[in-house]
Amino acid sequence: MPETALPQTALPETALPQTITAPALKSGTPEELRSLEAGLDSLQSDAGVRRGIEWSRLLLPLGALVVLVLAWQLYVSLGFRRRDLVPGPLDVFGSLGTLWDEGKIQEAVLTSLQRGLIGFAISVAVATPIGLLLAQAKPLRRAFGPLISGLQVLPSVAWVPAAIIWFGLTDATVFFVVLMGAIPSIINGLIAGVDQIPPQYRRVGHVLGASRLEMALHVVLPAALPGYVAGLKQGWAFSWRSLMAAEIIVIGGTLGFGLGSLLEQGRQLADMGMVMSAILTILFVGIAVELLVFAPVEKRLLRGRGLLAGSTR
Amino acid sequence: MSAPAAQAATAANPAQAAPTRAAAGDARRAPAVVLDSVGKRFGAGAPVLDGVNATIRQGEFVALLGASGCGKSTLLNIIAGLDTPTAGALEVPADGAAFMFQDSALFPWRSARGNIELALKLRGLDKSQRRERADELLDLVHLGHAADKRPHELSGGMRQRVALARSLAQEKPLLLMDEPFAALDAITRDLLHDELERVWRETGRTIIFVTHNVREAVRLGQRVLLLSSRPGRVVAEWDVSEAHRTNAGAAGELTAAITARLREEIRRHA
Repeated sequence: MPETALPQTALPETALPQTITAPALKSGTPEELRSLEAGLDSLQSDAGVRRGIEWSRLLLPLGALVVLVLAWQLYVSLGFRRRDLVPGPLDVFGSLGTLWDEGKIQEAVLTSLQRGLIGFAISVAVATPIGLLLAQAKPLRRAFGPLISGLQVLPSVAWVPAAIIWFGLTDATVFFVVLMGAIPSIINGLIAGVDQIPPQYRRVGHVLGASRLEMALHVVLPAALPGYVAGLKQGWAFSWRSLMAAEIIVIGGTLGFGLGSLLEQGRQLADMGMVMSAILTILFVGIAVELLVFAPVEKRLLRGRGLLAGSTR
Repeated sequence: MSAPAAQAATAANPAQAAPTRAAAGDARRAPAVVLDSVGKRFGAGAPVLDGVNATIRQGEFVALLGASGCGKSTLLNIIAGLDTPTAGALEVPADGAAFMFQDSALFPWRSARGNIELALKLRGLDKSQRRERADELLDLVHLGHAADKRPHELSGGMRQRVALARSLAQEKPLLLMDEPFAALDAITRDLLHDELERVWRETGRTIIFVTHNVREAVRLGQRVLLLSSRPGRVVAEWDVSEAHRTNAGAAGELTAAITARLREEIRRHA
């Protein structure tokens, strides 16, 4: 490197002060060294992160909600449409209250959430080993990769007719549709997570003497975790959507009464209040799961790896 | 400029190029790494390494110097077993080598202590020993206070010290270092030089330190090997005596001599 050598070659040796080359620097005592090091360490590391409740995180979404509801009320008050076709927020909250008093909404939420969670749990259990296998074994990946990507694009509702023929009007039909929606996206998320592991990590694992299993457990899985969690999140979204679609189409038989069923019932009764109540509840459950489950997990994961700085989260 | 034949002659008898002789004690030590005409070529291209000969003795601190792209890292990877040579033979310790990369390559999901504990775990230490040993190693690199910090909370210099502690946790007598301080600022680098030298004296490791920085090579190495570029080959070597370490003038002279030789090597490709 020219930059390091230039002073020595440009000046005659006798003109060199005795202090400018590196060896002069190491004359410090161990104590001096240690304090220099401690000084550098504190200068170069981050100060602690501030903690406490971030009010803007709570108030801004609430404010946005209030604005949207006010705009909705304003639109309805202007009277462009009949109130029974386009109910206002107050009408909808009214029918929501009625449904709550009848216990219908609780039953529907409970049934749907239970189905969604069970379907999602089965999907995770099935998709995780498949995803790991595909990510690690090249021939399998080449053989089945396109199929998995294709399945992710195929709307899972397309499986409803087949599922009804195979399983009839039972819970199995609903679960089948949910699994076909969630499994491919979880597999794809995990594969993407593994693909994005910096090659350096595997080299380090190799240098540290990791066996194949140890490499998978201590290097590949933790390194792929952010991608895997993103896949889980998408998998949940696909489960929930597929579930709603299935519940709207598949009604009767031994099936329980879910949010999708409520929605369909509202349509049959031409009760817009009920329809809107069901839509809002479906949306609310989606938001609640995101805020209470996935957001904290993701945030913790990213913060722990120093990936949160500069993001808008 | 030197003809290839002359280069080969120098490689065959590197002592000729050395301005000073090796210390008498070194010859009696057993060799830790022996490279015998090691060559490496990727695919059908020109060889990256060709006929590399060198012997590194136990407990020795050798600086492997060369311009960027001369195959220094490839050679280090071959010694580490991360890559295989396409020609020649080499003798390395049976239990492999510890390796330190240019970037710290710490796992971001583990704390400083966790990273060191993983190295210990992969060596088969049980849990109680891991914790204790990891804390000892962190103290050795003066980072006892940062044990629970994640890599992103540490400065570049601190990360490299954790990486050094992790490579020491491997308990391999041979430590390979691939430009570990290249990305650090000058003050931190000087400090880590002192630190590394101290750790080397305290642990008695054999160290092969790859760098493109002549001053760094003279500062750290007991011996400096110069690797030519395309193909890479050991074309010269110098012994760094105690006088070079204490006398800035002598060190400057040696640095200038090595720099001149390195530049000559680079100009051959102009």
